[in-house]
Parts: sequence; structure tokens; C-alpha cells
Amino acid sequence: MPENPALALPRPSAAGNLLRHARYVLAGNPVTAFSFLLLLFLLGCALLGPSLVPHDPQASNALRALQAPSAQHLFGTDQLGRDILSRVVVATRLDLGIAFFSVALVFAVGGLAGVAAGFFGGWTDRIVGRLADTIMAFPLFVLAMGVVAALGNTVTNIVIATAVVNFPLYARIARGEALVRRNAGYVQAARLTGNGELRILLTTILPNILPIMAVQMSLTMGYAILNAAGLSFIGLGVRPPTPEWGIMVAEGASFIVSGEWWVALFPGLALMLAVFCFNLLGDGLRDIVDPQRRT
Amino acid sequence: MSAVPLLDVRDLTVEFATRRGTVRAVERVDLSIGKGETLAVVGESGSGKSVTSYAVMRILDRAGRIAAGTVTFSGMALRDLPEGEMRDLRGWEISMIFQNPRAALNPIRPVGRQIEDVLLQHGQAGRGNARARAVEVLESVRIARPAERYHAYPFELSGGMCQRVVIALALACRPQLLIADEPTTGLDVTTQKSVMELVTELTRARGMSTLLITHDLGLAAAYCDRVVVMEKGRVVETASASAIFRAPSHAYTRRLMRATPRPGAGLRDLLPEGAAPFPPAPIPGAPLLVVEGLVKEYPRAGGSLLGRLAGRAPAEAPFRAVDGIGFEIRRGESVGLVGESGCGKSTTSMMIMRLLDPTAGRIAFDGEDIGAIPARRFASSAARRRIQMVFQDPTDSLNPRHSAARAIADPIRRLGTLRGAALAARVEELASLVGLPAALLDRFPHQLSGGQKARVGIARAIALNPELVVLDEPTAALDVSVQAVVLNLLHELKLRLGMSYLFVSHDLNVVRLLCDRVLVMRAGAIVEEGPVERVLGNPAAAYTRELLAAIPHPPA
Repeated sequence: MPENPALALPRPSAAGNLLRHARYVLAGNPVTAFSFLLLLFLLGCALLGPSLVPHDPQASNALRALQAPSAQHLFGTDQLGRDILSRVVVATRLDLGIAFFSVALVFAVGGLAGVAAGFFGGWTDRIVGRLADTIMAFPLFVLAMGVVAALGNTVTNIVIATAVVNFPLYARIARGEALVRRNAGYVQAARLTGNGELRILLTTILPNILPIMAVQMSLTMGYAILNAAGLSFIGLGVRPPTPEWGIMVAEGASFIVSGEWWVALFPGLALMLAVFCFNLLGDGLRDIVDPQRRT
Repeated sequence: MSAVPLLDVRDLTVEFATRRGTVRAVERVDLSIGKGETLAVVGESGSGKSVTSYAVMRILDRAGRIAAGTVTFSGMALRDLPEGEMRDLRGWEISMIFQNPRAALNPIRPVGRQIEDVLLQHGQAGRGNARARAVEVLESVRIARPAERYHAYPFELSGGMCQRVVIALALACRPQLLIADEPTTGLDVTTQKSVMELVTELTRARGMSTLLITHDLGLAAAYCDRVVVMEKGRVVETASASAIFRAPSHAYTRRLMRATPRPGAGLRDLLPEGAAPFPPAPIPGAPLLVVEGLVKEYPRAGGSLLGRLAGRAPAEAPFRAVDGIGFEIRRGESVGLVGESGCGKSTTSMMIMRLLDPTAGRIAFDGEDIGAIPARRFASSAARRRIQMVFQDPTDSLNPRHSAARAIADPIRRLGTLRGAALAARVEELASLVGLPAALLDRFPHQLSGGQKARVGIARAIALNPELVVLDEPTAALDVSVQAVVLNLLHELKLRLGMSYLFVSHDLNVVRLLCDRVLVMRAGAIVEEGPVERVLGNPAAAYTRELLAAIPHPPA
């Protein structure tokens, strides 16, 4: 919708308002504040990690293989003598990237399909609903495995597979929310002011269900990270020697029995922390984007 | 009134912790109810009347606390009572009924079982006789065929019936005090009358005391012994019901009474200071909207799918929400459409607004049959801008993510031609026309009061200079003083812009103020039609008389 600059009269800087509101929400909710800090830390690792790490994550050194954590290698080294700290930090970008793009994809496709299904009803609803039912009929992880196996073992296909398995969740939530709002007063009012159905869907319904979707996005981010790591763990998806949490856990698993616990522990911890962070983030995010809570 | 009051509230102050510091919702409130007495607490929204009752029951939400004062209930200081004892007191000695009866009932349990639950929990019945007792209780609140209704789920009952069940639940344990928080808001006048009569009769028969919380001064005066008027958290006046109507002493009470629509008062009489009288209304011109044989049918649901599968044809005829009605609205005329909920008045207005397709009939607007254009394609019709609407709920009808300015500009952007600075100027002009300060244009709906939101809705409706405006209970969600201002505004705008109104309402007193002609609808059909003075002054149809009689009348 073309925003009219002349109409935005003396609005006291919207960005400033949002910031103030965010600070209020964070102050009242230390758990959310903590998850935000964690998110900032993870994003920092993803963006700056490769230039900050002490060692080349790919450089192997047979002499230093399987060393316990020490001052030089804080997280120890793996079976090829690579620095685990460096590998864990560098892997952040890939893991968060896969999760982010898969969630963005499923939000766009699943969210839109769901909103359309709820808003238009009839055949649109039936087609989207049956599609979601079909996807849900498979165990989700097995389906993701199948998608990657069929399409090929690339990062793009992991993104697509993760998006596919999350489709029903997004479609259903968006559908439910659109269904509630389909005949709300302001939607009727939008009809009266000459908005066509498609425009109402995009400019009236969709922005109003964004807060709910934002919470969902945050929650599925955690799941998407796990999914990507899980696929790599079983050997589908990212291939060694690329640093990736799932592979690192998989590689380290065989060393746990012989006492080299650090090889699997630290990437596992990173994975846990990331999932934990996004799960906590969900509720805080909703409070910030929901205009009802802004006064 | 007995010497020792049943409930005695002294100096009650309730504070709420908000992000802008502490807010005093109730300040030094005194009130007392004697045994067998009915007391009304009257005030507009935000006056602290509900908070007072929540404080008495100690069910304030987490942010609220009783900062000072004492609450004594038959000798017990409720403020210091342990929570466990308080829990026993609630429902046992003090019962409460709320505004939305359907929300107060468990939707997946038959009402009879819900009554049984309460009886068993409080030891009023044993396993053996619980069912018989529950049926008795249903009978006592005058629910017809109580043995059958015992099995009914809340969604199968009407709003009035649900409220009766809630009353039955509240009274099941023979409490000493009943707190009724807006018990009839949202119910039709005839239902309101029977529910209120039931409450007063039952409390009288059982020697109970009642605290009625309401915004309706007329209701309070008609059914209560004494009235307490609250404004902004303070009690401004306490008097007997008849005295308060004869000689209200406080300025706020007088203002409240003035703003209440009543027979014999004109629109201007509702406003506090004497505004200039309206110029005489123009003689209505040629017919603008002609409705003929309008029908809306809905297929009946329930069981028909099984029947179809079994090869049995659905024998039931579809439900006729609107059953072949016809009327016309002339240019510059206000026509009222009144009736109780479910009579088809909203369906009719939706069809005229072209949000809903009629099953049969003609809707001719300025000679063109707009009823033939499907509702989904009407957005691009040339007639769209000429028919607009003001919605019932000002909160629900504004997009929570759009500012007031954007809401008002929306119709112009879509259907008008103004853009840029001219559009902004027009939005400000509209805002001043409806009396909305320009500084509020940047606010979002949740930052506006009910009256301000109503003004935004009106500004949006008149933005394109429509010829016909459908007003769907535009003041039902507003306080009386705000309603008075909005009604005056609507009439002013009509005279100024030469619009026609279709005013849909259940409130006959409001219709009397604003309309030239009135249509009374019942069960999808028009039962009476004529000039507003004649229909409301000397009704021909029995149903109109019934509606008029149900309006609460203060004691003479």
C-alpha cells in the first residue's frame, strides 16, 4: 500500500516509540531480556565468528588430535586435531542461516496459503487443508529425510525440507486467525471503503495476524535448527568437513565411550542454547510487535 | 434499613499499578447495604463501580490492591480474612452474576449438571436428590419445561435463558448478598425486564440483599431502593431511587439524567448547556432507496448431512432471517429500524450495505437495482461510495494497526480522487467536522476512548459524502453522555450534508430522537411502520406496545 508522506503528520518517530516499548517489555520480563542477549550473542557469532576465532576451523593437525580442553584449545580438539571452539563458533552462521531461510520460506508460503484458506474458505480452504493433512500424515523427520534424499544433498534442499515439514503448522495457525477475523468489524469496514477481497487479505488481515505468526516463527526457528542438525547428524544434508553442529555431534558421539566427551558436548551445548534462545524469544517478541500492548 | 448493615464499605481506596505509576481507580468510597435492601451503583465506564464490587469480593486482578478502607460483611472484616475463608464466602454468602452470561457457563456441560455441581459442592443436595433439586432450581428462575432444559447446553439457550441459569447458579446456595454486575447489558429490553423482575422478586422472597451495578440510571431507579452515583472513582451522591429522580442534588447526577434519552426530550435537551436549536429539517425528497420483497434464507444445519447420506431428503425448510420486507427511504430522511436481537434487522442492513447477498427481492438505490450486483464485486461498483455505514462496535470496526488518520483516509484512497496534501487536509476537515481533535489523528484505536473511536468511525463513513448512511446501533457501546453528543453530531451532519439515515437500533428512546419514520421488525417481518411520533406514541401493533412497556420506567 503506498504510504502517503503527507498523512504521516507529526508522528513522534515510530522507531523511537518501538525502541521505548521494547525497553519497557524487556525491563518487565527478565527472561525475555536474557533471551534477547542470547540472540545478540548468537547473531554476533554468526556475523563476526569466522573473523574472530583463534584457529582455522578446517585446519587439521594429527599431532594435536583429541586433546582435552586446555588454555590453547578451550573446547579441546577433535579426531583430526581441529579446534572445536572455532568450529562451533563458525558453524553458527550455517545453522542459523538454514533455520532462518527455512522459516522465512514457510512463513511466506504456509502463512499466505493459510490466510487465503481461512479468508476465502471454500475450495481454497479444502485444497490447503488436505495438503496440510497429507504432510502431517508422515512422521515429520522421516518426511524431511525423504525430501532431502529425493532432491539431493544440498543446503538449499535442507532449507526446503525444513520448510515443507513446517507447512501444516503455519497454514493451520494462519487459517485459524484469518477465520476469526474474516468478518470482524474492521474487515467489513474495509469492504465498505472499496477494498477488494485480495487487498483486504494482504493489507488488513495479514498485518493483524503478524504478531501471532512472529511468535510461531521464533518457536519454529528452534525446531528448524534441530531439524537441520538432525539431518546432518544422520548424514543427510551438510557434509563434512564443513563445520556444522549436527555433524560435529555425530562425529563426537563415537568418542564419548572412549572418554573424549568434549568432542560431542560443545556442539551439542551450542545447539541446545540456540533452540532454548528461540523458544524463550517467542513470547517476548509477541509483546513487542502487538500494538495493543503499546500505550 | 436495619441498624447494622449487611455490607458496610468505609473509605475504600483501590489502586492499580500501571506502567505510568499508581492509578487510583476507587477513592474513599462509602456504601452500605442493609438486610433485604437493593442498592444500585450507577456510573459511566471508568467510574470505578465494577472495581468496587471486585474489591468487596477480593477478586481484583494482580495489579490492583486495596490501599485503604474497610469492608465489613455481617460483622466480618473481609479485607483481612484468609483467602481460604474468603473462598468459602464467595458463592456461599455472597454470589455474583456477570455481564456475559454465556461466558460464565461451562460450554460443554448441560446446564442442569452445572447447577447440580454447585448444589453438591455446597452440600445443598445429596447424590440422590441432586437432579430433582436442580430441576426445582431451574423452575424457580422460571425456565419453561425445566426437566427438558436440564439437558440443554448453554449454546442451545438464548441469552436471556443463559442469564437465568446464571442467576439460578448464583442463588442456588441461598446467599445473603447478590452482586449483579451489569446483568442485563446485551439483552433485549423485554428480556431485561423479565430478568430484572426475576432478580428483584427472588431477592425479596428470600430476604436477600442485592448490589446492582449498572450504567443505566433508569434501570437502577426502576428496580432498586437506593442509588449510589459514582464518578471517577468517587461517590458523588447517595439517595433513595425516587428522590434521585425527583431532585438530583449533584451536578454530575443531573448531567447523567439529562443525557439519558427519554420521552418528551429532544436531541438538544440531552446536552448540558443549551446549544442552538437545530434548523427545521428539510421535507424529505424523492425516494432514494426502495426495498421490495427482500428475503434472506439460511439453510438449516444439524442432522441434515446424516439424513442426506441415508438417502432421506432434508424435509426442513430453510430458515428465513428476513421474510419479504419492503420499505423506502427518501432523500434527507431518517428511518429507524427497531427490533430485538434475532429479528433480522442486522441482516437487512447488511444486505442494503451489499455485504450480504439477498435470496430474493429488489434493493433499488436511486433507481438502480444494486441487489443484483454480487456482494464480492460491489467494492468496484459506482454505488459503493454513495452508501456507507457506521458500525455498532467502534473498537471492533477500526483496524487495530491503522492510525485514526489512515482509517479516515482509507475510503478516499480507494474510492476518491484526493491524494497527498489535499487528502491530509480533507482528513483534518473531516476530523473537525466530527469534533475529533487533529492531535488525535496519529493515535491508534487502542489509544482512543470509546467516543473518539465512534467519531473516527463516523468520519470514515461520511468521508466520501455518501447519500445513504446505515447506522448500526452506533451508540450501543457508548456511555450515555457520549451517546448524547454523538447523536447530536449525527443529526447535525445529516442536516448539513443532506444525507439519509437508516438507523438500526433496539433502543426506542434513541430512535425517537433521531428518526422521522420508524419500522418495527419482528421475526424477519415488519410489524409496524409509520411516523415516529405516531408509532411510539400510539402504537398499533401489540408487539410495539410490548417493546415500549419493557423500557424501565423510574418510579413516578
